[in-house]
Amino acid sequence: MKVDLAVLGAGPAGANAALAAAGHGLSVAVIDENAAAGGQVWRAPAPSVTRDDADARDGAALREKLRISTVEHLDSATAWLIARDDAWRVDVARHGRSETVTADALVIATGAHERVMPFPGWTLPGVIGLAAATILLKANGVLPGQRTVVAGCGPLLSLVAASILKAGGTVAAVVDLASRAEWLGALPALAARPDLLARGALWRARIAAARVPVFHRHTVIRAEGTERLGAVRLGRVDAEGRLVPGAPEVAIAADALAIGHGLVPDTAATRLLRLRHRYDAASGWVAARDGTLAGSVARLWLAGEVGGIGGAAVAALQGRLAGLAAAQALGRSAAAAEAAQLQAGIARAGRAAAAMSWMMRPRPAMAGGITPETIVCRCEDVPRAAIEAAIAAGARDLNQVKQWTRCGMGPCQGRMCGEAAASLLAPHVGGRENVAPWTGRPPLRPVSADDLLGDFDYADIPIPAPAPP
Amino acid sequence: MTNADRFDCAVIGAGVMGASVALPLARAGMRVALVDRGPICREASGVNAGTLTMQMTRAALIPYALKAWELWMDTPRWLGLSVGAEQRDGLSVAFTEAEVAILEARAAARRAAGAPITLVDGARAREIEPGLSERALRVGHCPVDGFASAYLTGRAFRVALEGAGVALREGVAVTGVERVRGGWQVRVADGEPLMATRVVLAGGVWLEDMAGWFGIRLPIKVLINQLAVTERMPPVMQSVLGIASGLLSLKQYPNGTVLIGGGWQGRGGRHDGRGDAFVPEALIGNIRLAAFVLPALRRARIVRAWLGLEAETADALPVLGPLPGVEDGWIIGSVHSGYTSGPFMGALLADAILGRPLALPLFPIDRLLAQKDAA
Ligand SMILES: Cc1cc2nc3c(=O)[nH]c(=O)nc-3n(C[C@H](O)[C@H](O)[C@H](O)COP(=O)(O)OP(=O)(O)OC[C@H]3O[C@@H](n4cnc5c(N)ncnc54)[C@H](O)[C@@H]3O)c2cc1C
Ligand SMILES: Cc1cc2nc3c(=O)[nH]c(=O)nc-3n(C[C@H](O)[C@H](O)[C@H](O)COP(=O)(O)OP(=O)(O)OC[C@H]3O[C@@H](n4cnc5c(N)ncnc54)[C@H](O)[C@@H]3O)c2cc1C
Repeated sequence: MKVDLAVLGAGPAGANAALAAAGHGLSVAVIDENAAAGGQVWRAPAPSVTRDDADARDGAALREKLRISTVEHLDSATAWLIARDDAWRVDVARHGRSETVTADALVIATGAHERVMPFPGWTLPGVIGLAAATILLKANGVLPGQRTVVAGCGPLLSLVAASILKAGGTVAAVVDLASRAEWLGALPALAARPDLLARGALWRARIAAARVPVFHRHTVIRAEGTERLGAVRLGRVDAEGRLVPGAPEVAIAADALAIGHGLVPDTAATRLLRLRHRYDAASGWVAARDGTLAGSVARLWLAGEVGGIGGAAVAALQGRLAGLAAAQALGRSAAAAEAAQLQAGIARAGRAAAAMSWMMRPRPAMAGGITPETIVCRCEDVPRAAIEAAIAAGARDLNQVKQWTRCGMGPCQGRMCGEAAASLLAPHVGGRENVAPWTGRPPLRPVSADDLLGDFDYADIPIPAPAPP
Repeated sequence: MTNADRFDCAVIGAGVMGASVALPLARAGMRVALVDRGPICREASGVNAGTLTMQMTRAALIPYALKAWELWMDTPRWLGLSVGAEQRDGLSVAFTEAEVAILEARAAARRAAGAPITLVDGARAREIEPGLSERALRVGHCPVDGFASAYLTGRAFRVALEGAGVALREGVAVTGVERVRGGWQVRVADGEPLMATRVVLAGGVWLEDMAGWFGIRLPIKVLINQLAVTERMPPVMQSVLGIASGLLSLKQYPNGTVLIGGGWQGRGGRHDGRGDAFVPEALIGNIRLAAFVLPALRRARIVRAWLGLEAETADALPVLGPLPGVEDGWIIGSVHSGYTSGPFMGALLADAILGRPLALPLFPIDRLLAQKDAA
């Protein structure tokens, strides 16, 4: 397939980039691994699930706009390789075969995935990610358990707790790394977003009405249970997430723990392309972009959370801006006024976004809670002690840690363990900003051989000339 | 500069070749510096397919590879740590009559050089490797084969090198070498130069640049090999599988992952970033070939693919010996299936530097410089 613009990701950012560019006359293909557009926040519910909330409405509206547009939506499509020849080339595994999309311009809008700092017991059945819990609730209408502890940091805490309550479930406790004062300090920045303020107030009212205990400046020390989760043990922390020695511990009976420590920009594609990245105190390592969202090579734009955690509203505006920029770069006359308006909108929404992403920032000291025998890399069963041993043996970058321990070599491709491994390395190299992320490698997602290979016989294999005798 | 600050030998490049030279030199009592612009063994020597093979090795190198193979199987003794080396049956498969002819010629040449290769039919090969394709016509079988986990190479060598007192300088890029009174001054990108009586160039595909520091024009071709690995899967094979023409290497590690290689080419060169150099058709072709040879691989999921740079000379034979016309200058690299032969090649060059008798001949590079005059 040959198009003017290829967009990777059909979340708020990618879908809006595609719509804006198509609106200015570009032929556009948007590629997303999910069956329906919407990304994380506007994820489409399963057909059996009925929902009526702001996210559900926004998602449905977006999908309708895409449906009636000229945008070619490659759904259920895994982009596994991106390369640049004369044009961009995206190889996509879809419906059991691999196809190639070539494009003059590319927007990367791959969003974020979640950060969970390991702690003893985090591999027990019953423990799930906080962001993952939003998917359970909104796409499948399923509760995480009978009695759920909701823990971690950021706005997803109240969202998940309130959603569980709304769906008729029980929240055993909310455990927040942040203090009440930190939340109050973030309020002024939210002034420009009354919608967010109202939503947050509603969530907290629901949590208070259900008399759910809320533990500020606390963290989960341990998830307890043999076959599955039975209780969650909490302890007090300081502002960096360091356990306060000697503080009393609290045990809470629960069969589910939804825990998440913020979001990590999904830079698999931007690292594969060896784009420039930078360290940001709130978002961690992000793909670098300028004010027009252009990346560090020509005809490439970065929209949404791949370039910094900022929430759905900012992602959607950035998407439109990137779509306009691509249209303009390919010679379509995009209205400068619209771009300026979008820039202003992004700046306005950006304050609130920055405050929220700061609440979800990586707290370096949290790695201190990982005991030596705690598994850090779940795919390859690598405990903290093995990572420390590799560091003691001289590993000074994440790639070397990976080579020497297999941490990050499994099917999650380092998404689950990367933040923890980096935090463990950080004190040995002068901080997280000196721990560059893993070198990007294809495939961007694991792909089954069957999906890549198609039907073939021996004669169809383009075997090169023999090696020297 | 006092004599105390001077190394007896500076080895430039800490791949398997440089590390294998530095270690015996230090153990023989020399003060050795091993310098790499990156971390130890993270270019070819840390990203290669780890096949310890005779059937893929050039016939002329079989005697060297056989000795090195013994070393790999025994790393805990001479290196301290394991690199996960295991002996396995090696099978090289022919599917067409043309490939049978290649297989027979190659097997005969390698057998003559000492590799215990026999030719068997498909049925016998499937007794050795039940998962093998029904379409195999004829198969070379060599019990001296196997694999290591190349990514552990640096870790194992690092411990041994430090134990032997080698001054390992990682993250130090060498920018040139100059003759100074009684030795060499090794200039580095940011920092004090190193002083050494002897230098060894062990720069993999960057040997061409390094030889240039001495005004020597040594053309090195760069192969850009693509590799892919599956996620862990139930046992699907136990041998090391290749094809007659040499363009497949396939093995399953004890952890269940299957490594798919064979030298299918990406793009780029020694001075490129490696990110955009993948050739998807070559990756798919390579995996197709693997799944043809071992049909169970159709069920595999690919989790990662990468590229590594391999050096090759005009005659595809090694660079191993003195730098012509350069006193106390040595060079090592461009060894076909160089991971397999590395430890022995390094020890051999160390013997030459130490003036000891050599178990096998070197490969002096004078033969490769002839075209300097023609150019
Ligand atoms: C699990 C999760 C749940 C969240 N839930 C909420 C919530 O309920 N409310 C809220 O306000 N915020 C939520 N967030 C925050 C959310 O990320 C942002 O609000 C918003 O979705 C960001 O938009 P985006 O377009 O940048 O990225 P996303 O919405 O993440 O969209 C990126 C899309 O790209 C796709 N993609 C990435 N790589 C590939 C590839 N190689 N091939 C094919 N497709 C690919 C992804 O599947 C995804 O659909 C959640 C985040 C996560 C990680
Ligand atoms: C993908 C791939 C698969 C392979 N598979 C196999 C296999 O299965 N079996 C097998 O036997 N062989 C295999 N090989 C071949 C084998 O890996 C190589 O022959 C061998 O590793 C070469 O070792 P080396 O030390 O010469 O080079 P390298 O390992 O490349 O080391 C050279 C070092 O020099 C350093 N350097 C370069 N310039 C400078 C400078 N200016 N200053 C300081 N340092 C510098 C580099 O950083 C590097 O660490 C494979 C090769 C590749 C690339």
